[in-house]
Amino acid sequence: MERPLTKHIHPDREPLSLQEYERVGGYQAVRKALLELTPEAVVTLVKDSNLRGRGGAGFNTGLKWSFVPMGPDVPRPKYLVANADEMEPGTFKDRMLLEGNPHQLIEGMILASYAIGADISYVFLRWAYKKAAHGIIKAIQEAYAAGYLGQNILGTEFSLEMHLHTGVGRYMCGEETALLNALEGKRAMPRAKPPFPQVSGLYGKPTIVNNVETLCCLPHIVNHGAEWFKGLSRTQDAGTKIYGVSGKVKRPGAWELPMGVTIRELVEEYAGGMLDGYKFKGALPGGASTDFLVEQHLDTPMDYTSIAAAGSRMGTGTMIILDDQTCPVGFVHNLQHFFAQESCGFCTPCREGLPWVEKVLLSIDRGEGRPEDMNILDFHTKYLGPGNTFCALAPGAMEPLQSALKYFREDFERHIHDHQCPWK
Amino acid sequence: MLTTEEIAQIEHEISLVPQKKAACIEALKVVQQHRGWVSDEDLKDTASMLGMSPEELDSVATFYNLIFRQPVGRHVILLCDSISCWVMGYEQIRDHLMQKLQIKYGETTPDGRFTLLPNVCLGTCDRAPALMIDDHLYENVTIEELDGILHHHR
Ligand SMILES: Cc1cc2nc3c(=O)[nH]c(=O)nc-3n(C[C@H](O)[C@H](O)[C@H](O)COP(=O)(O)O)c2cc1C
Ligand code: SF4
Ligand code: FES
Repeated sequence: MERPLTKHIHPDREPLSLQEYERVGGYQAVRKALLELTPEAVVTLVKDSNLRGRGGAGFNTGLKWSFVPMGPDVPRPKYLVANADEMEPGTFKDRMLLEGNPHQLIEGMILASYAIGADISYVFLRWAYKKAAHGIIKAIQEAYAAGYLGQNILGTEFSLEMHLHTGVGRYMCGEETALLNALEGKRAMPRAKPPFPQVSGLYGKPTIVNNVETLCCLPHIVNHGAEWFKGLSRTQDAGTKIYGVSGKVKRPGAWELPMGVTIRELVEEYAGGMLDGYKFKGALPGGASTDFLVEQHLDTPMDYTSIAAAGSRMGTGTMIILDDQTCPVGFVHNLQHFFAQESCGFCTPCREGLPWVEKVLLSIDRGEGRPEDMNILDFHTKYLGPGNTFCALAPGAMEPLQSALKYFREDFERHIHDHQCPWK
Repeated sequence: MLTTEEIAQIEHEISLVPQKKAACIEALKVVQQHRGWVSDEDLKDTASMLGMSPEELDSVATFYNLIFRQPVGRHVILLCDSISCWVMGYEQIRDHLMQKLQIKYGETTPDGRFTLLPNVCLGTCDRAPALMIDDHLYENVTIEELDGILHHHR
């Protein structure tokens, strides 16, 4: 099984230095792209590879780039930003790539910057990733010293600056337009779209924001081609994917696997099955803001298309397991506490609705719920759903709630009827 | 008053960005790094360096979880309270910490050693429960280990 992204990641060793990375083929893709391919050819290659954004939404990366204005007369500087904010609860995949092989990310960023004609690039890293910050700073210095960053890279016309920016903690920093505000030293509130960042992003200039894992795929696509990349997958969505499992399983962890392994394989094979005495009840397949899937979905392939068809979202691909001895109401309450806290407060339904949902769930969990509380929860899933709020935070928050109300409704009703939590 | 070192560091941050204001988060980080937190007076001084009103800078400072506008202890404990850590029983760790240190969330021990804060997912959910003390990450934390962990931070 090929594992291009994690082949050179060894958790117990320091990440590869620039020389070590070059020795295993590192920066060959930059050479190939800058010396042999036009930016348009890189965009086409990535489009053809069917690489879909690993930040959660799954948009075709090459297509996203193709909206960036190109040519001599466009606004400059143009920007590329690596989204390394990773604050989605239950998600720990980018950390592995950031700590494990920072040069792979930098190489991916150079390729993306070349494709869109960016002049300046940023790694937007969350504050908590101290080890990653250390490795990235060192790797950027090495890349400058070796001439992969700076003026006239490899003797070409292409120049690129790169900086590390560490955030100061807020989930909204991960939303791409809010991230740009944070980079500009503002509160991380989302911006209205259109204009899309591709046209008017950082400081009003054309900007692409890509997830870390998305960027780490690029050197491999450039080296081996679009068909090879598609061939890594078992299904229609191309490539490998870093999947993760957390919760009451025997071996929680993250693994790079062919796109489209099933939920069952992840839980039973890679995570070693449930801990003794625990049964699988459900899972959020891709982080806190995805809909629950349950036992009947265990054989669903973990790819964007299949998980969407099953009624959820692939999200970040790192799964959180709900077991039979954990209360679903308490589980969803914990999630809504997070979302209520992290709401930026810009729009009323989200700012006022999420704390209300959190309170109602707490009272149900404590055995103080009333039958009408179910209606309150139901209507929030509608009024905080897509199209009613300014950004995707609130609709994301409603995904685990609406699916919990669907699959575990009896558990909610039992709390209300019995005036106590059956799990306590 | 800001020290000459702080002023020099903030000016360096300003030199890296196209507009003064864009350095404001970095500037707050500089102050916090030296003083542990950002007081009203420091906020005012920093704002004037950035050409912002103190209120404008405060609206940024208070938006983010990790800029402290109140004094904190010598060490800040950030305990993950997000979903995977909840499933794996972080609440026991929380209760033990609160009992041992005799403080609640947001409080500092009387000797000024520890401040305890809840924090969102630390991105290490496969090794839950997790907490950070200053720059140190602790994973798969058990109650039995807590005393030893605290001992490292005097
Ligand atoms: C509330 C919220 C938080 C987000 N957090 C992240 C994040 O931490 N990392 C990330 O890559 N994308 C995050 N996203 C998605 C980004 O907005 C954006 O779609 C993504 O970075 C694009 O990269 P991609 O096209 O490579 O997937 C978040 C979105 C929302 C609505
Ligand atoms: S949905 Fe929530 S997070 Fe998004 S803009 Fe509105 S208040 Fe802010
Ligand atoms: S939920 Fe605690 S580290 Fe992710």
